Amino acid sequence: MRHARIAWAGAIHDAIEVNGQLRLADGRVPAEGEVVWLPPVKAQTVFAVGLNYADHVRELSFKPPTEPLVFLKGPNTLAGHRAQTPRPASVKFMHYECELAVVIGRTASRVSRDAALDYVAGYTIGNDYAIRDYLENYYRPNLRVKNRDSATLLGPWLTDAADVPDPMNLALRTMVNGKLTQQGTTADMIFGVAQLIEYLSSFMTLGAGDVILTGTPEGVVNVNPGDVVVTQIESLGSLTSLIVADPRDGVRE
Amino acid sequence: MRNSWLNLYGKPAAQVAVYGTALNFRSALAALGEAVNAPPYQAPPHAPILYLKPRNTWLEAGAPVVLPAGHEAVAVGPTLGVVIGQPATRVSASAAMGHVAGYTIVNDLALPHSSYFRPAIQQQCRDGFCPIGPSLIEATAIAHPGALELRAYINGELRLTCSTAELIRPLPQLIADISEFMTLQRGDLLLVGLPAKLPLARAGDRMAVEIEGLGRLENPLLAVGADSDTAAMGGAP
Repeated sequence: MRHARIAWAGAIHDAIEVNGQLRLADGRVPAEGEVVWLPPVKAQTVFAVGLNYADHVRELSFKPPTEPLVFLKGPNTLAGHRAQTPRPASVKFMHYECELAVVIGRTASRVSRDAALDYVAGYTIGNDYAIRDYLENYYRPNLRVKNRDSATLLGPWLTDAADVPDPMNLALRTMVNGKLTQQGTTADMIFGVAQLIEYLSSFMTLGAGDVILTGTPEGVVNVNPGDVVVTQIESLGSLTSLIVADPRDGVRE
Repeated sequence: MRNSWLNLYGKPAAQVAVYGTALNFRSALAALGEAVNAPPYQAPPHAPILYLKPRNTWLEAGAPVVLPAGHEAVAVGPTLGVVIGQPATRVSASAAMGHVAGYTIVNDLALPHSSYFRPAIQQQCRDGFCPIGPSLIEATAIAHPGALELRAYINGELRLTCSTAELIRPLPQLIADISEFMTLQRGDLLLVGLPAKLPLARAGDRMAVEIEGLGRLENPLLAVGADSDTAAMGGAP
């Protein structure tokens, strides 16, 4: 089953997908174009994994890591399907990252990789923007690059883990204004979903609602205001994002 | 119920963050010395360098911290926690303090480590590694947040004294510079930074942090298995 959280008719609702349409618990069926999509999970701790696809690592001229490069994200970054993400006018390189997002379903501590997928509630699509102009070599990637407002989209749906029998064999692709720019498969992850859960839970306790963004393959390109970026993952759907000019560029309260 | 940050904002529905600030004490940056100009850093930090203390680290005053197996000590991290009241986006330093609701004491614990190159998740994000409390003190009760003395004790012995007067970015400037690139949201807790030469606590030690006007935050450090029930989830709500 697929789950969504939406704003519609003056309230926030949980919804499920029935025959390609949104349906609320009371049976109402809002038209897809009338709803505001929220991230499908009230995310708690949000992890992101850098340099987790061999091809993307080559693209950025890095050596593959020997342990996962993990960083964390704050709630200010999260936004849903069809969100607008601001791009400062002064930057040269802002790019999307299409990522398989893993939603943890229950408390996980010292979980083996064999048992790890039992702790997954489901999967959604992540599009985790970065502005490379702001990279500094302290706690890299630093928050100025990766923790910007409305720059980590999740959605549209949370697809139950039971409906994704092999998360390690899903095609990913990104289209900018309809043109294919990024293509890959989760089979090329350096550290797979089960390994990441094993790794993180070996030194900290994961909880329901935690989200792991598992990294992105090669094919990241600069985006500009007006661009429509669609990130797709097989079996999970299609997550749309709009780049906008930053309305408060240079403004200080 | 005590008026603490954890009671007000610690529940999952609140979706708030605890942000730590790295290298914001003059002593901490000075300890890196000329290394800031060498690989891997290449240049001194420019914008504020932040990290997150996720919810598995949040711990009430008095609750035990468990020293992870295979480690000898934790670095005690006395710091001022600043509770955001009004969301701060691109605020000026002169307007920044209007976005502060109050203050609390935080013991920002980490396994000792020397590199700032990659996020130090394994060192900073252990269960229970962010005691917060005991109380949230309203901003109006603290006349001079830029000149507060902080003290760290181990087993009652004073091991470190520092002051928010030693910050590279004083609080108004820190909030302004962070808010240039991200919003600090209502309920977020911003830690102003840690000085150099943090004292090390070992299993069995009592750790305490005091800040003028905010009280005293005390937590014991236990060996693994010494108190497995209360410590399993770090005591976080």
